[in-house]
Amino acid sequence: MVKIMTQLMTEDGIRCDGRRLDELRNISIKVGVLKNADGSAYIEFGKNKILAGVFGPRDVHPKHMANPDSGILRCRYHMSPFSVTERKNPAPSRREIEISKVIKEALQPAVILKDYPRTVIDVFIEVLQADGGSRCAALDAAAVALADAGIPMRDLVSACAAGKVADRIVLDVNNEEDQEGQADMPVALMPNMGKITLLQLDGMLKPEEFKTCMQTALVGCKRVYEVQRKALMEKYFQNGEQ
Amino acid sequence: MGSQILDQLKRDKILDLLKTGKRIDGRALDEQRPLVIETGVIPKANGSARVKLGDTEIITGVKIQPDKPFPDLGDKGILICTAEILPLADPNAEPGPPNEEVIELARVVDRGIRETEMIDLHQLVLIENKSVIGMFIDSSVIDSGGNLFDACSYASVAGILSCSVPKYEIKNEVPVLVEGVTSKPPIKTLPVSVTMARIGDYIIIDPTRDEESCMDARITITTNSDGNICAVQKGGSDGFTAEQLLQCSEMALVVGRKIRKQFEQLM
Repeated sequence: MVKIMTQLMTEDGIRCDGRRLDELRNISIKVGVLKNADGSAYIEFGKNKILAGVFGPRDVHPKHMANPDSGILRCRYHMSPFSVTERKNPAPSRREIEISKVIKEALQPAVILKDYPRTVIDVFIEVLQADGGSRCAALDAAAVALADAGIPMRDLVSACAAGKVADRIVLDVNNEEDQEGQADMPVALMPNMGKITLLQLDGMLKPEEFKTCMQTALVGCKRVYEVQRKALMEKYFQNGEQ
Repeated sequence: MGSQILDQLKRDKILDLLKTGKRIDGRALDEQRPLVIETGVIPKANGSARVKLGDTEIITGVKIQPDKPFPDLGDKGILICTAEILPLADPNAEPGPPNEEVIELARVVDRGIRETEMIDLHQLVLIENKSVIGMFIDSSVIDSGGNLFDACSYASVAGILSCSVPKYEIKNEVPVLVEGVTSKPPIKTLPVSVTMARIGDYIIIDPTRDEESCMDARITITTNSDGNICAVQKGGSDGFTAEQLLQCSEMALVVGRKIRKQFEQLM
């Protein structure tokens, strides 16, 4: 155990990839990268490389899924077979189905679906290369793609994880820290409304640590929001100014 | 689509009652339904439990058998929890491959027991990197009355606690069953899952089927015997504020202690 800890963090709190405790990995977002999709985004978040495409509002197939009072949101999170060290079977795994569901439920509060009865908005996410925190990065790209598709939204959704590594709370857990660390907590926030729309945890945290970890992740979400906002500004307002 | 109108009417009624501090079945907002646990209900399984949480009913069986360890985890035994909703449990359940709700249910139940480290998996190793004991904890929902997450989790924990682990001897590097010798499973801690729903501005514990049909969001928090928070899953199509989530984590710890006492009686 001691051996692992020295690998994950030095005594003065420098992490295995050289970051400080409260430092995010590099994030870059490009908006409108796909011709066919109504909205799209590409995100690089650390070593994550993820594409998100949005189609709709459009007719629902199969028809029985349609809701006469509201539009529906569907989401597919999928990892390419070459996105991880060992080839991944291309069929959707149980993990991917669960992540698709939590991402859908994280985006849903932000999307004004009532305006589009009997239609569907499809969000397709393809993880081309996976690193720790791929569900958060995927969610960040998906929210930007929804905005790019011109779908009315109450707020953006910004996601970031925090965790516990070598007994300390850290922001934005990378792959090594996720595998060997003590806790991983992905969080998604609607930054202007202060609403948390995704919260998961696996690991072990004391109640005080739970609070700190959540607050740390929320600070990360707000920083991610600035990157998302800037990316949208760059496409829709020249010079990044309104 | 008529059910959507019904759901709206139910929501109005439930929310009106909540405003006066009441719930549709007369419980307090932070009151769980009675939990009834019966163990040893399937003698052919190594451990089993039948759990009733209000109208929700679960049967869990534990099967234990020698297995090969996962390639990167040669020093640990295998623990796998599953959950399914039987077609006889729910008018909306369908036979066939599990849908996303069922997959989430199974994964959240598994995560709660795995992340609390309920079982010392190192003690389930027969030959390192070659042969280990596998524990398979399979839960079936037989009557669906809301809050399947907690009910399946309680049934899984009760099933594990009731287990007799068979003894295996190694002969020529192959595990051989020793007849008539069993031991208790290596329990380290007792996980308790507590699910809460938000309806409007109200947080209620252990939602019924009707309450779930009109909730805004849901949160499941699993704690261990030391009062640590080990697994969390938010669900539902809306969110929570940070204050509401901290309130939920405190409720999970308080309610967790009561349920844990009930588990202790099974040990």
